[in-house]
Amino acid sequence: MVGNIILYFVVALVITVFSVMAVTTKKILRAATYLLFVLLGAAVFYFQLGYEFLGAIQVAVYAGGIMVLFVFAILLTNKPNENENPLRSHRQVVGVIASVIGCGLLLWALFTMPMLATAEGTRSLSDALTSGPDITMKMIGEAFTGTEKYQYLLPFEAVSVLLLACIIGGVTVARKR
Amino acid sequence: MNLDILWYLVPSVIMFCCGVYGFVTRKNMIAMLVSLELMLNSADLNFAIFNRFLFPDKMEGMVFTLFAIAIAAAETAVAIAIIINIYRSIGSTEIVETNKMKH
Repeated sequence: MVGNIILYFVVALVITVFSVMAVTTKKILRAATYLLFVLLGAAVFYFQLGYEFLGAIQVAVYAGGIMVLFVFAILLTNKPNENENPLRSHRQVVGVIASVIGCGLLLWALFTMPMLATAEGTRSLSDALTSGPDITMKMIGEAFTGTEKYQYLLPFEAVSVLLLACIIGGVTVARKR
Repeated sequence: MNLDILWYLVPSVIMFCCGVYGFVTRKNMIAMLVSLELMLNSADLNFAIFNRFLFPDKMEGMVFTLFAIAIAAAETAVAIAIIINIYRSIGSTEIVETNKMKH
C-alpha cells in the first residue's frame, strides 16, 4: 500500500503542477507539452484505480492522437518568430477570480457532501479494489455489444456515426478552396 | 493513512479550475482548446473515481468515460479543422480577431 501512496503523491503533484503550467506558460507549444504530462498523469490514475483498458485508451487516444493533432495545428498556425503577442490577456483578474471562487466552492462541496461521509464514501482504495470484480476485456466487450440492461450497443453505433460525421466535417471544413 | 475518494477528487478539482482560468484568460484559440481538454479530462477522471469508490461492483462510469473520450476526440478534431480554416481566412488564431468573420 505504501507504493500506492507514493505513486499517488507523485502523480497528484505532476497533475497539479503541469496543469497550472499549461495555462500560465507563454509559449503555446509548451502548453501542449504540459497538457501531455497532465493526460499521462490521468492515465496513471486510471491504471491505479484498476481500469487498465481505460488507461490504455487514454494513452492511445489522448496522449497519442489528440496531442499529435494539437502539435500539428500549432505548427501550422504559429509563426515561429512571432512573439510580440503574449498568450495572456487583460482578463487575467476575471480568470483568477472565476477559478479561485470555483475551486473554493468545489472543494467546499466535496468536503461537505453527505454522500462521501457514508461508509461507501470513506472506503480506501484497496478496499474498493477488492469489493468489486476485476474488469476483464470480456466484460467490456459484452457491455459494448449487447442490448440488455447495462449494455451499450446503440451508443456504440451512435459514436461510430459521430466519428464518420466528424471525419467528413473535418475534411470539408479544413480543405483548400 | 488511507487513500480514499477525496484524495483522488482534489487533483481533479485543481485540473478543472486551471482549465477555467486558461479558458477565460487565453487569447489564442488553440491554447483555449488546451484548457478545454483539461476541463474535459478532469470530468472523465471524476467518472472513473466515483465509479471505483462508490459503486465498485458496476462499470458504468468506465463505459461513460470511454464514450466521453471518443466524443472529445471527435470534438477536438473538428475544432482544430475550424481553427485552421479561420487561420486561412484571417491569418491569425487570436480570439479577438475573429470578429472579422462577421461580414
